[in-house]
Amino acid sequence: MINKIPQSIEDFQNGLKNKSFSAVDLVGTYLSRIEKYDKDLNSFITISKEKAYEDAKRTDRIINEKGQKAFEEYPLLGVVISYKDIYLTKGIRTTAASKVLEGYIPEYSGTVVKRLEEAGSIMIGKTNCDAWAHGSSGENSDFGPTKNPWNKNYIPGGSSSGSGVAVAADFSLAAMATDTCGSIRLPANYCGVVGLKPTYGSVSRYGVIAMASSLDSIGHITHTVSDSQKIFECTKGVDGKDSTLKNSQNFIVGQNLKIGIPKEFFEGGLDNEVEKSIEEARKVFEKLNIEFVEITLPSTKYAISTYYIIQPAEVSSNLGRFDGIRYGNDRNFFGDEAKRRIMLGTFVLSSGYYDAYYSKAMKIRTIIIKEVEKAFEKVDAIMAPVAPTPPFKLGEKVSDPLKMYLTDIFAATANLSGIPSLAIPSGLTKNKLPLGFQLMGKKFEEDTLFHLGKMYQNKTNFHGNKPQGY
Amino acid sequence: MKYTPIIGLEVHIELSSKSKIFCGCPADHFGKRPNTQVCPTCLGLPGALPYLNQKAVEDTLKFGLALGCSISKFSKFDRKHYFYPDLPKAYQISQYDLPFATNGKLGKFRIRRIHLEEDTAKLQHQAGKSLIDFNRSSVPLVELVTEPDFRSVSEVLEFLKEIQKIVRFLEISPADMEKGSMRLEANISLSKDSSLPNYKVELKNINSFRFLKKAIESELKRQEDILEKGKIVLQETRGFYEKLGTTVSQRSKEEAHDYRYFPEPDVPPLTFTDKFINDLSASLPELPQTKRQRFISDFALPQNYAETLTEDRARSEFFETAVNISKKLDISPKIIASVMVNQNLDQKYDDPESLIKKLYELEKKEFASYEETKEAIIKAINENEKAVSDYQNGNGNVLGFLIGQVQKRLKGKGNPKVINELLLKSLQK
Repeated sequence: MINKIPQSIEDFQNGLKNKSFSAVDLVGTYLSRIEKYDKDLNSFITISKEKAYEDAKRTDRIINEKGQKAFEEYPLLGVVISYKDIYLTKGIRTTAASKVLEGYIPEYSGTVVKRLEEAGSIMIGKTNCDAWAHGSSGENSDFGPTKNPWNKNYIPGGSSSGSGVAVAADFSLAAMATDTCGSIRLPANYCGVVGLKPTYGSVSRYGVIAMASSLDSIGHITHTVSDSQKIFECTKGVDGKDSTLKNSQNFIVGQNLKIGIPKEFFEGGLDNEVEKSIEEARKVFEKLNIEFVEITLPSTKYAISTYYIIQPAEVSSNLGRFDGIRYGNDRNFFGDEAKRRIMLGTFVLSSGYYDAYYSKAMKIRTIIIKEVEKAFEKVDAIMAPVAPTPPFKLGEKVSDPLKMYLTDIFAATANLSGIPSLAIPSGLTKNKLPLGFQLMGKKFEEDTLFHLGKMYQNKTNFHGNKPQGY
Repeated sequence: MKYTPIIGLEVHIELSSKSKIFCGCPADHFGKRPNTQVCPTCLGLPGALPYLNQKAVEDTLKFGLALGCSISKFSKFDRKHYFYPDLPKAYQISQYDLPFATNGKLGKFRIRRIHLEEDTAKLQHQAGKSLIDFNRSSVPLVELVTEPDFRSVSEVLEFLKEIQKIVRFLEISPADMEKGSMRLEANISLSKDSSLPNYKVELKNINSFRFLKKAIESELKRQEDILEKGKIVLQETRGFYEKLGTTVSQRSKEEAHDYRYFPEPDVPPLTFTDKFINDLSASLPELPQTKRQRFISDFALPQNYAETLTEDRARSEFFETAVNISKKLDISPKIIASVMVNQNLDQKYDDPESLIKKLYELEKKEFASYEETKEAIIKAINENEKAVSDYQNGNGNVLGFLIGQVQKRLKGKGNPKVINELLLKSLQK
């Protein structure tokens, strides 16, 4: 057992290099922590214990054989990663947190899982989430809600609820997740960790169960911005499987960076503590000579409505294959939220309604894209809240879907326009619940966000805050 | 018949590209063991994504260009939704409002559109069980839709045979109806005054040229009988059943699908430059119709020879190569065509060279002997003194006349080479 869990890939690999611990020790430690604490938190659906030990033994063998060189050859050697349960993992049950796929064991692993394995990482298990990634609180999981380690009466944010908790509660060093409208940034924000939603088209969606294909972004949750960058370097790039991928051009982060503050994100309804925390973060950047400019994204108010046309349309199409004929259970096993989205999506695509809904939503999406492009003519990044409020209580919004949808009001812009966004923790509320902000960047310019994020984390230690009792 | 048939066609052609349209599995599925050419993408497994085969796109554009269509410079794929066991994603990736090619023509028949889509899996019903073979799932499939321009079954047949030839010339598909690489649906109605009626019956299950005629004729007869009784023909989908020799209702208008088309987010839209389209157009082979005309005008072939020789691209090329080789040997294109059409000699000889060699040998046997030729030349010189003196005074043009005179005396059996040699020698004396 290891007493002090390493909090970054660097610490992790230094420990392995110095033989302070072995990969088998690490896996053992994580597994016993999961066993001890996850009964309450419910962040995992499946633990891949056997495979984790196998991979750990392999890791130790490689280190023994190759010494220091092993870490050059395998950039993520030994890094223990958990996967949101909509990443297909060959031979390991993948449920999408839905009873429809309760016993489904995939025939193949997707690009990202393969790339991370090839980089030397160790898979520890599959994390809980809202079923089919539909939700903002984690409460839509058919395997029970995940709880926030900062306060078990509160939701951890969704839909990648288990991935946020797994990192915050030290069940894995990093967690893979997906963000269709805030599903990485929100749990990262609500659990006090770092979440990256990369540019749409930078990381392969092949082998990840699709929610809304034109919006799904494949990203991850970590303690530090630096780790986020290291993982992104391994996952990004064309794979010959996902036609929407592009390789990013070589790009050097500029001097004299400017951050834009979109006024529409701060107009009414924003929680005081959230607003104040962002003010503080702004001051940190200003001390580092980063200039702030007010910008405008006038169509922000239409973003969530637009999203709730396009997303259900694509959901209704993507869930059609889960008919229970070749695999999985039949359609009676779909939960209410999935049914709601299937019906809504089927309706907006029906002949006679297409122009009024889907076609119109796509036009607004184009306008939003243009507004974002225009804003980025003046600034290198945009700073905004991730959500209007800090974490809310379990059960608080579950009976009011529309209220729940509004949690994602600040997330939608990045997904609709395809830009990257990095969620960074920035302190705690009076009630000791995490606060944070997001930095949005230009397409394929994640490096700017990493640069700014690292500057911020060098000056602050909010990412060092840990929930008590774990 | 006092009614005019109004027929429009939907022709499906499976492309013979190496791999399927959205994955690396082999596209050639005929006769393969079921479900041996499959992967997550063509099985529609969770998380799988389509990755577009550029060759299939190019082949479709070529087909469009060959039929005089305009090519959409901006195009995209769409999802067409319906539930059926042969469609594992519950949607087919097809093209809706921006097909690759539109507004073409073949003879007098207008072509409305040509688009590319993925084929479905193949259902086999046996002994009360339905089995699915996914080898065919996601094989590239081209759909051609015509305007309702056909007024008889023979017009339909003529058109389809020409389409089949073009496809084979382009080498984009074997277009074999019996093997399913060419399939047909016909929209059929009857009109009293040649105007477009307000109904149409979609006829499916036409799996061979043999049954095509029967199927359409039986449907026309069925509709005529209904109209004769003063009744209305229902708009519906009907299938032809060989055993019954008639069409049977499959789906009524009320049960028609709402396909809920929307742009396929997993396949980015495509943009074609003018240069790309022009280059593709320039790369097209000569098409059967043009070749046929040229064979008639350039080689003076009779219509039926020209038609037979242009049915197959390889055969037409065999013929042309043979003609080229034989130019100096005085073997006429017509003779080559004749032995190919009437005696299938091109199938006996592997290459045009061997065929010509054989023909040359056969011809030579029939040539007049050296002595006979000599005699004929002497006669011709003696009887055409003026021409001879003209030649000797430097008028080379009369040589052809003299050769003709020699051939006349040899009843055309003279070997031109020998005549030429001997005649020139004699004239020099």
